[in-house]
Amino acid sequence: MEPLLSVRDLKMHFPVRGGLLLKSIGAVRAVDGVSLDIAPGETVGLVGESGCGKSTLGKAIVRLSNPTSGSIVFNGRDITTLGRHAMRPLRSELQMIFQDPVESLNSRLSVRQIIEEPLVIHSRGNSAWRRQRVDELLERVGLPKSAAERYPFEFSGGQRQRIGIARAIALEPKLIICDEPVSALDVSVQSQVLNLLLELQQEMGLSYLFIAHDLAVVKHISDRVAVMYLGKIVELADADTIYQNPRHAYTRALLSAIPEPDPRLRKKRILLEGDVPSPINPPAGSAFGHRVGHARYEETIGMDLGLAELEPGHWVAADPCCLTPEDWEKVKSESTKS
Amino acid sequence: MSDEEPLLEVRDLITAFDTDAGLLRAVDQVSFQVKRGRTLGIVGESGCGKSVTAMSIIRLLPQPMGKVLQGQVMFKGRDLQKATDVEMRKVRGGEIGVIFQEPMTALNPVQRIGKQLSECFLLHTKMSRKEAWEASIEMLRLVRIPAPEQRIGDYPHQLSGGMRQRVVIAMALACKPDLVIADEPTTALDVTVQAQILDLMKQLQKEMGMSVILITHDLGVIAETCDEVVVMYAGRVVERAPVAELFERPLHAYTRGLLDSMPKLDTPRKSVLPTIPGMVAGLADLVPGCRFCQRMGREGPVLRERPMFEEIHPGHWVETCPNCFEEPA
Repeated sequence: MEPLLSVRDLKMHFPVRGGLLLKSIGAVRAVDGVSLDIAPGETVGLVGESGCGKSTLGKAIVRLSNPTSGSIVFNGRDITTLGRHAMRPLRSELQMIFQDPVESLNSRLSVRQIIEEPLVIHSRGNSAWRRQRVDELLERVGLPKSAAERYPFEFSGGQRQRIGIARAIALEPKLIICDEPVSALDVSVQSQVLNLLLELQQEMGLSYLFIAHDLAVVKHISDRVAVMYLGKIVELADADTIYQNPRHAYTRALLSAIPEPDPRLRKKRILLEGDVPSPINPPAGSAFGHRVGHARYEETIGMDLGLAELEPGHWVAADPCCLTPEDWEKVKSESTKS
Repeated sequence: MSDEEPLLEVRDLITAFDTDAGLLRAVDQVSFQVKRGRTLGIVGESGCGKSVTAMSIIRLLPQPMGKVLQGQVMFKGRDLQKATDVEMRKVRGGEIGVIFQEPMTALNPVQRIGKQLSECFLLHTKMSRKEAWEASIEMLRLVRIPAPEQRIGDYPHQLSGGMRQRVVIAMALACKPDLVIADEPTTALDVTVQAQILDLMKQLQKEMGMSVILITHDLGVIAETCDEVVVMYAGRVVERAPVAELFERPLHAYTRGLLDSMPKLDTPRKSVLPTIPGMVAGLADLVPGCRFCQRMGREGPVLRERPMFEEIHPGHWVETCPNCFEEPA
């Protein structure tokens, strides 16, 4: 099946300026060569620590920022370098839900104006039709009709997130980038919003790129999961597979760090030392090997650490620091065959 | 003092805020105990009064709105509510250390961390400046900050989030407190850093033998670190039990709802998650009766007065509202 979204070798570098004339003295390699496909109706989860570039990737895909290099093909069309104007009709098919529903809703507009705005911009229907559409959307996301004439500050976090979702689905998009949509919510409200997102996906055939740092949440909602580390995807596989059989050392550490709500399972954790290295001057070789001080780090300098298909559909960075010796042998023999 | 006696005992604490709508009770008759060397978890959703409880204990309520209307906070045999401000200043940072959620706001951005750390020693001990500086380096080493001799000269913004939280922990532990109150200490951090910090706190607790009150909304963190748990809802304690007992046999509908609504790694993918309908009523609208019945919008016979808080099994206390309390078969 033709993917709905196809990202190839995407790079998003931001210049670091310094000195008297504010010349560019380096670059933050926020996203550094990411390739990812999303099929129609599929949810791809994107996890990683803060600063790994997951939000930047999401923003680059909806073209809120201009990628440095690489390509983004959405619905068969290359949108990597489309200008604002050319991009506008596509925005109805490509929407975004943000983490902070307080900051992402204009506090001076009523809920009706907020949800109606995309319909107005894309000149859908007349005002009577739009009125009815807003009422339908509110009902769909589980808010009373009376909410339309009220203002964002009158609502709780969970309700505000529902308003954000109503706005995102107003134009019946094909793909929604969800950037940490439930991170700011309490658990009981979080499950309500997750259920809503799943229902909408079934009804409308939506695809999601679901960005989050809560691995249990990501696993619940995703078909496939990509693990990102320092601007690169290091493992990509089916959601169940990646949790049951993680192959990359970083994925294993990330999974073992989740506190399980079961006191009998006080497990021995794989504790990672230190923090994510700076994306300004990333290590020359394996970034993760560098963090843990791996013995084979020197070997990885200059090596191609791109993704290799270890099992069908299970991709992992070909990095001797992060794989078991058996997996590494397998990856090596695969690459010499092809 | 015998070993049996708790280090801290909160009795019938009522804390209210003076607002335009009158005195609103954010904490409504809360009682619990913290034993020596143990960790008590306080869990609940935003606005349930868990932080206000902590701030009432150390008397750091926002002034002039916050008021403790009633109750005692017995710490090492004396009532902190009756202590003078001068005495309280000695207790805070001395016998009771506090770790706040947001390490960036808890640290002074324009002072080097060494200066902020040595301040603890200068205020609470008779050390000289030089000794305090040396002790600060030792503290940074204790919380596993690499190259503490260099780091001590850094400003907070030069450190990562995890490092900053380590500095805040170092400050809280500087004077070897008997009790540490940690208010969402890892909420702002990544899971890998959270694991580091929780592990560090556990090790330090073992080494120094202090008691900890851990406030969090994350039941996973509770399960991994606490000995006893207090579940708060709308200003009241609805359930209190040893950690294993609470997770195995939750007796209150709210506790069960919280546990069920979390997706776990073995929850079938894309299945419908159980939810708790509705939301917490505003402080001004809370009923005197069972507040979880209010949230659930239960109809028919509901309690008009506050449900009893009873000990159902040894050490397992629960609000026995007929609609919300259920003994599993």
